[in-house]
Amino acid sequence: MTAEGLIYACSAIGAGAAMIAGIGPGIGVSYAVGSAVDACTRYPESSGDCLRTMFIGAAISESMGVFSLIVALLLMFANPFVDLL
Amino acid sequence: MPIQQISTAALDIHGPKIVFTIPGINWKITETVVVGWIVIAFILALCIFLTRNLKKTPSTKRQVIAEYIVSSVNNLVKQNMGSKYMRYAPYIATLISYAALGSLVSLIGLRSITADVNTTLTWGAMTFILITYEKFRANGFLGYFKSYTQPVPVITPINIISEVATPVSMAFRLFGNIAGGMVITGIIYMALAAASSALHLSFAIGPFSINVLQVGIPAVLSVYFDLFAGCIQAYIFATLTMVNVAQD
Repeated sequence: MTAEGLIYACSAIGAGAAMIAGIGPGIGVSYAVGSAVDACTRYPESSGDCLRTMFIGAAISESMGVFSLIVALLLMFANPFVDLL
Repeated sequence: MPIQQISTAALDIHGPKIVFTIPGINWKITETVVVGWIVIAFILALCIFLTRNLKKTPSTKRQVIAEYIVSSVNNLVKQNMGSKYMRYAPYIATLISYAALGSLVSLIGLRSITADVNTTLTWGAMTFILITYEKFRANGFLGYFKSYTQPVPVITPINIISEVATPVSMAFRLFGNIAGGMVITGIIYMALAAASSALHLSFAIGPFSINVLQVGIPAVLSVYFDLFAGCIQAYIFATLTMVNVAQD
């Protein structure tokens, strides 16, 4: 096995491992959506405000998952370690 | 029957291609810039078309649509920033329309401008400048630097990091969503091609090869990643800009 092959293999494992971070935002966003639906059914007249706040909160809590996605994309398509050889 | 070889088309994921180079100064004009110009021209044409022959009482459908767009953006800004920040309404409208249309161009086969990290980082830098400007206006020159040492001077580095992290995380959120959708769509296309050739469902008609499973299934993904994610992320970028810029 060449050194380059080893780097690509380890990067593929790393890209997969990076996406484990999707667990956290998944739980967080679904919790936020669940609470927002709760609030919407209890106070239907303020559902617009609830949904807007929910979107902002969901976007912020989602960003950790997106960062891990970017790390995975970097490892797969723009591998920085091959240049170090 | 000979075992048909499963053909895996190479995964076609790349950065923006260089369309042409300006001779002399050697500037490389990428796909992102060219598609951005197309979107700008489209928005300009739309604005000119919608605002021709404005009357005091709207008589044409065009003017009703234009007034609806303007008043909905004004409402959004008033709800999120308060009525003393109404001067930001044109900026927010520009951001939201450019981001939404720039993501939606992938529906007609062009490359989304927001799938390039340069675009989103530029917008993040613009937001950072606006946030800093509004903080200077609200706190004064010394008060701005003093606000970094609140509540205790020890956490100044953390405050600086969180100040820089706001625009960077906004930029990477937009970029990651759109680029991630692009990558996932590419991977699914490749997998469907492999699956249809494994099931003997791919035909070749002349130079074109038709994979039966590729018909219809990617459209569902396209609705989610291009339409839904593009519009929602444009809205979220604009909302976060408004929330961060408004100092109260």
